[in-house]
Amino acid sequence: MDKRISPLSRFFLIVMFALLYLPIFYLIFYSFNSGGNMYNFESFTFDWYKELFQDTRLLIIVLNTIVIALLSALISTVIGVLGAMMIYKIRSSRTKNALLSLNNILIVSPDVIIGASFLILFTIAGIQLGFYSVLLSHIAFSIPIVVLMVLPKLSEMSSSLLDAARDLGASRWEVITKVVIPYITPGIFAGFFMALTYSLDDFAVTFFVTGNGFTTLSVEIYSLARQGISLSINALSAIIFLVTMLIVVIYYFITRRGKKSPDLEVLK
Amino acid sequence: MENKTTRNLYTIPYVIWVAFFVIAPILLVLYYSFQDLEGNFSLTNYRNFFTPIYLEMTLSSFWYAFLITLITLLFAYPIAYLLTKLKHKQLWLLLIIVPSWINLLLKAYAFLGIFGTYGMANKFLETIGIGSKQLLFTDFSFVFVSVYIFIPFMILPIFNALDKLNPTYLDAANDLGASRWTTFRRIVFPLTIDGVKAGCQITFIPALSLFMLTRLIAGSQVITLGTAIEQQFLVTQNWGMGSTIAVFLIIFMFIIMFATGTKRRRARG
Repeated sequence: MDKRISPLSRFFLIVMFALLYLPIFYLIFYSFNSGGNMYNFESFTFDWYKELFQDTRLLIIVLNTIVIALLSALISTVIGVLGAMMIYKIRSSRTKNALLSLNNILIVSPDVIIGASFLILFTIAGIQLGFYSVLLSHIAFSIPIVVLMVLPKLSEMSSSLLDAARDLGASRWEVITKVVIPYITPGIFAGFFMALTYSLDDFAVTFFVTGNGFTTLSVEIYSLARQGISLSINALSAIIFLVTMLIVVIYYFITRRGKKSPDLEVLK
Repeated sequence: MENKTTRNLYTIPYVIWVAFFVIAPILLVLYYSFQDLEGNFSLTNYRNFFTPIYLEMTLSSFWYAFLITLITLLFAYPIAYLLTKLKHKQLWLLLIIVPSWINLLLKAYAFLGIFGTYGMANKFLETIGIGSKQLLFTDFSFVFVSVYIFIPFMILPIFNALDKLNPTYLDAANDLGASRWTTFRRIVFPLTIDGVKAGCQITFIPALSLFMLTRLIAGSQVITLGTAIEQQFLVTQNWGMGSTIAVFLIIFMFIIMFATGTKRRRARG
């Protein structure tokens, strides 16, 4: 730490950091407790992890969650990139702003409203609640963030780059695949990762649109937590923490490659 | 031209998304808010909303959201300010953000243990001589956990605003004889007000609507607008009333967004 801040401020920062991480490490610490509760540490054990890995129902839920996250991130990235290109092409700034406002509605809307309105939508459209309704909603709420990550990259692209490509005889398709896409790749990656974290993190929307047969991890944790404390949740959270750290590190290095990007500004 | 239409084919998925997942849901919520339990058009739900029960709930939801936002801001601003003074500030910022990537429910679950009857918080209270207290399922724990969850989202925009602040302004203020407090009040805070507004917006709207926190942490002590919507949709199965509350939540959301207006991207010298 720097000398520029007083010892008192430093103490304040240390306490804040400690408080911020305390709950997470508290969970992980008690995941090794043979006592079966979160207040009295008896002795060290791996039992909860063993129990976790023998719980096939839970493993299937984990798998579901990952499949939903990857699929929704992939599809929403494709649609989001197309959408960003469309918004980029619009000349009139009024239409552009109107479309951007529409785009941002799902980002600023509270999760409960997204969940409730999607529930009505799926019921009216006759889509059965389950895997597809969850997948569709995750795609739907991830698209706008992808657009927001890609659009600045498109705007900062110099138009002379496109002119040069066309002058040199590139077709429309070639301009897009050989010039535009490579240029906006950092934005696409950032959008994909954001979509991934949105999907993995989501609880409220999924809670509304998931039927009886299908659950994701967040919903499962919620129903387990409502029943009280079970140390397999702790073991699970320790693993999730490790995986999250891994994703963070990967994300960090990927965005580092594309020079100093303003990605951190939009993180939810 | 023959390829004019094929050229614009690529816009179809996005346009479909806007139509079906942005515009349609809002209209559906609006439509349902005018339906009573039998499915007839009526204003019953709106009439119900203006009865003391719902008005009181709305008021208390606002009060808690205000409290949570205020406390979050009081902690987040100094943290963000101190962070900008550190040497590896981007790394420290990342460390602040990492906990926000952990699933919110796991964090809430951790507090079930910490605030439990024999949990760490009560042990601490006993050691300093206050004695153990019922912490879980009180409004205190609800506010505490909410502040904990929102603090990274508040720190981020404030940090960005502070980081962009031109340091020569501070030198100028200092040279002209301003005290540190005057410099903060007249220069630093006004120049970072956009970051503060963005942070308040990010905190206040979810604070009105999070329902899992109230359910897990506050028990039945706190009912927010979000809890009420969830209750109407999934428990009572009264979609009309749920939609009406949702309509009001949307209206409040627009008011808040307007009040914390994003006049960002102002030209800077």
